[in-house]
Amino acid sequence: MYFESLAAVWHMDGHGFYVWLAYALTALPLVLMVWLPLKRIRQHWRWLQAEQRRSAAATQSTAMGSDV
Amino acid sequence: MWTFIHKLGSPPWFFGFSGTLVRWLLPVTVTLLLVGAVWGLLVAPPDFRQGNSYRIIYIHVPAAVVALAGYYVMAFAGAVSLIWRIKMADVTMRAAAPVGAVLTAIALVTGAIWGKPTWGAWWVWDARITSMLILLFLYLGVVALFEAYENKTAAARACAVLSLVGMVNIPIIYKSVDWWYSLHQPASIKFTGESAIDSSMLYPLLLMILAFYCLFALTLLLNMRAELLWNHRDSGWLKQLVGDI
Amino acid sequence: MPSDQPLLSLRVVFLRQFLRHGRSIMTSPADVANPLLFFFMVITLFPLGLGPDPTTLAALSPGILWVVALLASLMVSAKLFASDFEDGSLEQLALAPYPLAVTALAEISAQWLATGFLLALLSPLFGVMLGLPDEGLLTLSVSLLLGTVCLTLIGALGSALTVSIRRGGLLLSLLIIPLNVPVLIFGTTAVREAVLGGNPESWLALLGGLALGSLVVAPLAIGAALRVSLDS
Repeated sequence: MYFESLAAVWHMDGHGFYVWLAYALTALPLVLMVWLPLKRIRQHWRWLQAEQRRSAAATQSTAMGSDV
Repeated sequence: MWTFIHKLGSPPWFFGFSGTLVRWLLPVTVTLLLVGAVWGLLVAPPDFRQGNSYRIIYIHVPAAVVALAGYYVMAFAGAVSLIWRIKMADVTMRAAAPVGAVLTAIALVTGAIWGKPTWGAWWVWDARITSMLILLFLYLGVVALFEAYENKTAAARACAVLSLVGMVNIPIIYKSVDWWYSLHQPASIKFTGESAIDSSMLYPLLLMILAFYCLFALTLLLNMRAELLWNHRDSGWLKQLVGDI
Repeated sequence: MPSDQPLLSLRVVFLRQFLRHGRSIMTSPADVANPLLFFFMVITLFPLGLGPDPTTLAALSPGILWVVALLASLMVSAKLFASDFEDGSLEQLALAPYPLAVTALAEISAQWLATGFLLALLSPLFGVMLGLPDEGLLTLSVSLLLGTVCLTLIGALGSALTVSIRRGGLLLSLLIIPLNVPVLIFGTTAVREAVLGGNPESWLALLGGLALGSLVVAPLAIGAALRVSLDS
């Protein structure tokens, strides 16, 4: 550990603003880069599941219709 | 080896394989990034000339390195797509372009922020930052070209041609920008930082570079999986997979 | 083409295509004059924007002349393959039993002769207008002669990639400009070196190398890109 106190970590001898700004502006797109495709995958997966239920229901109803 | 490569080209196999890989890669990437960031921010000693602002290089340099490597990944996928017409290569290229563009943008922004305390200006036409800017244009060109074509097979082939030409050009661009900068460099802001870097500063940097490579692989795979799910929404293997779970 | 007719040699094909395109350029002299006029007018804007001070203009002139040449090449390449694509002659070329790289290169050569070559010949005139010292004039001309070869080939690649896209103009500049960076750097540096009394030869040699390299690589890429555009 190089710094002695939390305030020193924050201040970084006057460079704190730049360092933390750079890290914050990196963290944001990094999180988005992982989160957005994960969200897309989940959406597509749900869509596929819903589609399957729909087609299952459709085949079931036609099967019942042929019985009658 | 060859069977492995053949398997890579098959979407069902790739989907299962990448699922396992992502499950491992996600925690590894997060851990590496956190450890590297804490090490670089808190543990490593400050640079004797630049003070604490140099800590920005722990994200600037990895982002720049991986952004450049990402272009080669994209161009290589483009070559595979052109020569063997493998659909998976198209998907790889399509997924790599936005990731590389974001990494390039991160390298640019952090470079600009680093420039403020170091040179006193937010934007300096420094050799590395200028080449990153041109790399960003190259990435944006590929992304825009892909979006402009309605026929996505043609789009992938057009992007493959463009990224291959870009790949041939990148070393020339980097070298020419280097020469351009050294010819115009004013003596006052000369920064010959080629001195040997101390190991206490080097290890976190190497760790962060590794972390960014993992991040690139992770986001590439995630983007590919999202793309595959949508492209193959009518395929039997995917319906079976959805039904099984 | 009847199948019993023997194939022509590539040299003949190149020459015929070159002459065909050259003739079509001759029929519309406006297309030849437009880039030069554009160059002339933009050059006029700089003294108006920067002030008439001869020393400032002379110092900036290598960069100005080269940047404007690059912009002119953008303008030319925007419609390089457009008419051939629209009237279907590009499709005929693609069906012909000759490599598209060769036939495309013939068209590009004719185009270069009518734009880049002319621009390089006339550039000392524009250099004098901006107060470029006499030592730089010859180098300017030679550097543009070599540089416009690269600019035209890279522009043709951009045109081939975007010809099937509606409103491809802005996209074209996005594709081309980053690839042209080394040409611009080598060209301006050569002229500046000549003005400062250094040796421009090494930079001209680099430009020549770039021109030869793109003569080898670009036609192949252009051929592939044209096929993509025709398929889409």
